[in-house]
Amino acid sequence: MNFSYCRFGSLSLVLWLTGCQPATVANSGQGLVYCAEGSPESFNPQLVTSGTTIDAISQHLYDRLLDIDANSGDLLPALAQQWHISPDGLTYRFKLRPNVSFHQTDYFTPSRYLTAEDVVFTFNRMLQVEHPFFQTATEYPYFDSIEWRHRVKSITALSSDEVEFKLNQPDSSFLSVLATDFAAILSAEYGAQLVAQQQKPLLDIQPVGTGPFKFRQYQKDVLIRYYRHDNYWRQHGDIQQLVIDIVPDNTKRLAKLLTRECDIAPIPRLAELQMFSNRPDFKVEQQTSMNVAFWAFNTQKPPFDRVEVRQALALAINKPNILQAVYFGQAEEATSVLPPNSWAYRKQNLVQSFDPVKAKELLTQAGYPDGFSIDIWAMPVQRLYNPNAQKMAELIQADLRAIGVKARIVSYEWNTFRRKLRQGEHDSVLIGWSADNADPDNFLRPLLSCAAAVSGSNRANWCDEQFDQFISGAVQTTDVAQRRSYYLAAQQYLQQQMPLMPIAHSKRFQVKNSSVQGVTINPYGGISLVNAGKTP
Amino acid sequence: MILRYLARRLFLLGFVFVALTVFVFSLNYLFPGDLVSNLTGMRDISPQKHQQLQQMLALDHSLWQQYIAYNRRLLAGDWGLSFASQQPVLAEIMQVLPATLELAAYALCLSLFAGIPLGLLAAVKKDSLLDRCISGIALVGYSMPVFWLALICIMLFSLQLGWLPTSGRLGVLFEVPSQTGFIFVDILLAEHVSRSAAAYSALQHLAMPTFILAVYPTNVMIRFVRTSMLEVLEQNYIKTARAKGLSRSQVLYRHGLRNALLPVTRQVGLQFSTLITLAMLTEVIFSWPGIGQWLIDSIYQRNYPAIQAGLLVVSSLVICVNMLTEILHTLFNPLARKL
Repeated sequence: MNFSYCRFGSLSLVLWLTGCQPATVANSGQGLVYCAEGSPESFNPQLVTSGTTIDAISQHLYDRLLDIDANSGDLLPALAQQWHISPDGLTYRFKLRPNVSFHQTDYFTPSRYLTAEDVVFTFNRMLQVEHPFFQTATEYPYFDSIEWRHRVKSITALSSDEVEFKLNQPDSSFLSVLATDFAAILSAEYGAQLVAQQQKPLLDIQPVGTGPFKFRQYQKDVLIRYYRHDNYWRQHGDIQQLVIDIVPDNTKRLAKLLTRECDIAPIPRLAELQMFSNRPDFKVEQQTSMNVAFWAFNTQKPPFDRVEVRQALALAINKPNILQAVYFGQAEEATSVLPPNSWAYRKQNLVQSFDPVKAKELLTQAGYPDGFSIDIWAMPVQRLYNPNAQKMAELIQADLRAIGVKARIVSYEWNTFRRKLRQGEHDSVLIGWSADNADPDNFLRPLLSCAAAVSGSNRANWCDEQFDQFISGAVQTTDVAQRRSYYLAAQQYLQQQMPLMPIAHSKRFQVKNSSVQGVTINPYGGISLVNAGKTP
Repeated sequence: MILRYLARRLFLLGFVFVALTVFVFSLNYLFPGDLVSNLTGMRDISPQKHQQLQQMLALDHSLWQQYIAYNRRLLAGDWGLSFASQQPVLAEIMQVLPATLELAAYALCLSLFAGIPLGLLAAVKKDSLLDRCISGIALVGYSMPVFWLALICIMLFSLQLGWLPTSGRLGVLFEVPSQTGFIFVDILLAEHVSRSAAAYSALQHLAMPTFILAVYPTNVMIRFVRTSMLEVLEQNYIKTARAKGLSRSQVLYRHGLRNALLPVTRQVGLQFSTLITLAMLTEVIFSWPGIGQWLIDSIYQRNYPAIQAGLLVVSSLVICVNMLTEILHTLFNPLARKL
């Protein structure tokens, strides 16, 4: 009898000891794991706008002609070493950096360095119908929304290292466009190879760029694997392998941070930030980001076609309450579409405080003394600008009840949601926008211009000639003071018209393991791991 | 004699498969949507292509002939495409099934290795403190929901202690291409990877899911072995053997154990379906890329071809394992052959 007790005891002892042995679930070697919140839609930034996709692909795989300084918002030389703008503001010339090599992968071996031909190939894709790859994509959402085809007249290679853009009219936001994450430079040689192999769709699936990492493997909803690009033209960190682990579930992403399965994870739930900021082995990084969450009214549908109604609804919402409950105080209250750190921001302290009594009056004026019923579409996913649209919708619903407006909260699966939005089936929607560059044009044009109402990114379906004149006027001059006055006027006009109600500018958060350094969050786009390194 | 028995079993097996395929085939009609789409998994079929497919699927013939054509396609390996990925369903299953088999097999082994000795111990020391402890633990383990236990274990071993990873089969930094689907074999076949480090990582990932999945069958096994052993110990031949002067351990090993374990082989087969069901739950909790997770995703996506194929594979697996253990049981136990 004693013998069997003893045996049982030693068995459990062995189990206990083997359990004790691994101290941490450390990731091996020179690899970095970034836990992303979703799968990328494509591997070509030209075809997407989603922040998740941009985070996962653009800064790692590609370079742009220009970069944006994360702190000052100034433009820096990248693949273009110098640029020159003609006095009439119509011709832009770029001198390219020599000896920039493309990725060598299993499916492509470059035979030459970057030339002007690659730049022409990249940007003509969105411009010329006869470009071999024009038809392989159904749309170029960012470039369509900024009216690339109307802005740019031609792109020509002057020599192997000089390229010239000719515009239809002066456009002071043009350089900023070239610095966005969407303006990634592709390889013309790879394009030609795919045409010869009749494998054109692969251009956007098996990427080749000049960026610090090269593509290795992708498993949908599982992971993306990148290897270091050893011939990168810049100094870069010693990370040999970058894995983007796709973990859509917030709780699991946090758990993986704790077990060290992830080194970096973006937008952790704000409620848990406190826990991480108290621990020495983790570092919470924050960055005021260029984004805005808003409540857009479908101005094509009654009752939202009435300005008074839109004004009334905006007045009825208690924004500080939303900031507390949804953002846990980690966001700034929005008074304009533009965030306060934009140079064209206008502080609007005229109206727009929380005033249900006035809202009720306005509704009566508009002929709705007894209120009405509306739908609020709340996006089903968590995004930087809005961590919890459902909760926000519930708060708005309660506020609206006070002025006699009955609101119903609607949500669909994300892809369906976006499709239905583009078709304008919504009454009003809680959604937002993250800027791609420092230019104010990047907020106002894609969100509220008539062109955007056609391409579908104008969630208010609002088309107003007066407003379009303001924003067109602003890009036709390079004089900053003059541009500023146009934007101030545009913002004031928005304040009166209220096609959408700005709610908050959220800060961007990410939690990383303290052993990781050199990660930069760009307020205008994706995360960059060029200089990332890891101490063992 | 034994051949006749095997023939009879095989006939039964065939009959079960016919019933299963009839059921799965009829799902094509019962699921909403276009019949051709449901059968092939293709979407947005052009009218011309539609015509062609109808002919290939024998839809212009009687139901009986459609069923024959369906079976022919199954045997040829043409199981249609997945709605979600537009890839052949069979290939996808071959990717995920090994992960489930691996998990279930390790859990089953663990439950046998832990359950049988503990059950025997409890039976031999009947009504002692040890017996009460084992039976008590078995009862608790038996009634604990798997998902709850899994979450508690994640809380403790992953989040608090940081010993074990929370999800997946292997650390993501190990690039191990999936060749056989069995992780340790794949690691052996992989190049440019530190095999020992990868195997260690795989073990770490395997530990918690295996343990969680083994809890229920282990406890069933303990209770079953204990009851079975107690029954055997009451038998007259045991008493006779004792009376003849055999020692206690000789009686136990030669006469008790062999007879008590006979029903256990059968029990393994019966427990297998529960095991697979629990494996699906475990897979979802630990993001284990097995057939359970895949099937549940398919259900969310209304991916009818995938649901059908998954159903077919899982049911066939359960039926085959059941039949196999039945046959093994008969081979070991001549008495059962007469039935």
